Amino acid sequence: MSLLARVTALFAGAAAVLLLAGCERPPVDSVQHGYRGTGMLNVYNPRTLELQVPANQPPAALPAAPDEGPKAKDIYKNVQVLGDLSVGAFTRHMLSITQWVAPNEGCAYCHNVENLADDSKYQKVVARRMIQMTQKVNAQWKSHVAATGVTCWTCHRGQHIPLEVWFNAEPQDKRADFIGNRNGQNAPARSVGVASLPYDPFTPYLQKAAVIGVGAGTALPTGHTASLQATEMTYGLMMHFSKSLGVNCTYCHNSRNFKAWGESTPQRTTAWHGIRMVRQLNNEYMEPLTDTFPAQRKGPMGDVAKVYCATCHQGAYKPVYGAQMAKDFPELLTVAAVAKAGAAPLPPPVAEARRSVLYYDVGSAVLQDAQAKGLAELTATMLKTAGLKATISGYHSASGTLAQNQELAKQRAFTVRDALLAAGIAESRVVLAKPQQTAGNVSGEDPSSRRVEVTVQ
Amino acid sequence: MMIEYQNLFTSVQVVGPAEAGVPLPPGNSPRTGRGVAWHLLGRFGNAQLGPIYLGPLGLASIIFGTLAINIMGFNMLAQVNWDPIQFVRQLFWLSLDPPSPAYGLSLPPLNDGGWWLIAGLFLTISIMLWWARMYTRARALGLGTHVAWAFLAAIWLFLVLGFIRPLLMGSWSEGVPFGIFSHLDWTAAFSLRYGNLFYNPFHALSIAFLYGSALLFAMHGATILAVTRFGGEREIEQIVDRGTASERAALFWRWTMGFNATMESIHRWAWWFAVLCPLTGGIGILLSGTVVDNWYLWSMKHGVVPPYPHVFGTVVDPAAALQGVKP
Repeated sequence: MSLLARVTALFAGAAAVLLLAGCERPPVDSVQHGYRGTGMLNVYNPRTLELQVPANQPPAALPAAPDEGPKAKDIYKNVQVLGDLSVGAFTRHMLSITQWVAPNEGCAYCHNVENLADDSKYQKVVARRMIQMTQKVNAQWKSHVAATGVTCWTCHRGQHIPLEVWFNAEPQDKRADFIGNRNGQNAPARSVGVASLPYDPFTPYLQKAAVIGVGAGTALPTGHTASLQATEMTYGLMMHFSKSLGVNCTYCHNSRNFKAWGESTPQRTTAWHGIRMVRQLNNEYMEPLTDTFPAQRKGPMGDVAKVYCATCHQGAYKPVYGAQMAKDFPELLTVAAVAKAGAAPLPPPVAEARRSVLYYDVGSAVLQDAQAKGLAELTATMLKTAGLKATISGYHSASGTLAQNQELAKQRAFTVRDALLAAGIAESRVVLAKPQQTAGNVSGEDPSSRRVEVTVQ
Repeated sequence: MMIEYQNLFTSVQVVGPAEAGVPLPPGNSPRTGRGVAWHLLGRFGNAQLGPIYLGPLGLASIIFGTLAINIMGFNMLAQVNWDPIQFVRQLFWLSLDPPSPAYGLSLPPLNDGGWWLIAGLFLTISIMLWWARMYTRARALGLGTHVAWAFLAAIWLFLVLGFIRPLLMGSWSEGVPFGIFSHLDWTAAFSLRYGNLFYNPFHALSIAFLYGSALLFAMHGATILAVTRFGGEREIEQIVDRGTASERAALFWRWTMGFNATMESIHRWAWWFAVLCPLTGGIGILLSGTVVDNWYLWSMKHGVVPPYPHVFGTVVDPAAALQGVKP
């Protein structure tokens, strides 16, 4: 071989290696999960899974403690969560948290060992709020976590801080204000799969509530104006979804039209609820803790660590591959009733054959058992007469932000829909109406403003 | 003795005095350079490099083109804080982006799309000047202007993407960023936004012409190479005497597929396929967002797309379900 040929071969070889460096080596497994010929395949790399599966195994739960004897809140001081557990179950829970979050430091990671009731360590204050958050997720975000639920382990995996959290992106150091704008993108950012897409799609979508859907809903233009730059932002968020869950686009979407829900898989609905869940966790649980955390735990912008898909999923389509960890900790499955001084009891539900009115606690979307009884007669009517349909309207008070309230009214309407479905009414017979704001009641304490009405006709 | 064939594809390069070209018409500026022989070039084409005809159009085109590339390059360099090593490392990611959607068609600040507009304007001027140069050079040599018109087809697509469509959409932000990965991401986002370009019939036509061009190029290239042993590539001889090479090339196709193009028509085929590729593609881009908002739904409506069974059951938009729309 001449020198020229050798040099050429060398360069060709080097170029081929460079071109393929970003690719995963074959073979990969693909599993069909849609209609034949539509390319609805889940793609798995067996070598990635080999590394990932052992890292996603749950720890064994500590043996259950007897739920008898005095309650923790009566024995210990300053027990604001889990106080209704027996002392044995409470201790088991504390030991589990140690195992999940601070296996090396033990109790002293959160507690002042001189006085366990002391709140001086920020870790303890955060942990308490995180227990409430876990309860909230398990009780009220079943639309995303189903009955599997979550525990501290789901995110923490034995780490103080979950491996995957996010902070608001630092604004670009532009130095000169007239040249060199990166436009929040065009950097090899891991957050979006090393694409040149906008590298912080989290602030607008998982902290604020910018509209994610960009595809047009009609064939011809009808005033839908999502820009291409907004599309790239959404694309960036979807890259995060894909990386976090270890799945390709077709896990949720039929890629022939990403927009069409009818073509999508049920997983997309789960993800849709997940987005709303993460927004709520970030805004109602993480952000209020900003001042609790010391500076070294915060991001470059002084913001608190926040949740996104990867926080729980960590590369698996279901966190910890859907291991049923939470069922061993029933205390994490319900939102503890927070005794509020002066909170008025709810009025009894209106229970008529063709109309029900059900009331809710302030800020709550939990259909209490006593209220759910108000659906009995209406359900009986519907089961007797097949042609009848139920229309559900959620109402919310005027206090608080409109977006939050509408979400609340939706969630309230959902609980009633679920109750009707559970009673054997077909989904097609249940119509959800737009959330309605009730006038007045600015303080929100009039229970009649926090209601769901069901009418049958 | 074995039969030996020879063609002009030989590593022996004959070096003689440089060919200066035909005399220029009056009013033309002189050609630049004397022409040098470069052995390596001779392995790919003609070994002689230059002289080149620059002329006022070429000079102006190069100046505007250099300005445009420099605006892009210096913006990218500024993005990595003037670090040449990072500039090289991140080059594929770096990009000069169009203005934010908020600016519409108004003039944005330099650092929020202003540079993009200027670079785009200069690039357009440069390309149009280069087009004019191609046209006038072809005329000066007494040629037809086929190359110029083919080039204009590509310019049409360029202008649709960066100028005409943003104008019709009422926003410069619809334009394509100047960057390697960024323009690819833009392309993917475009398809996502407008309901999958694969269902855009003009996109389909464009692809057909693109692949068709490749096929024709392969067929023609292979045919001519196959008859070089009879001197088929020696155009000068084919003009005088079509000869056995041309006859065999024609016969080969007539015998294998019943029909053959002619020495002239094969080039007309190839030209039209190549030109129609950006022409139809440009139409497809121009209609997206202006006339059709979701190509998949459009194709569904017109029976282009087969509906497949929904094997996942009924999946509805949770947001729409909440707005009172029946599932």
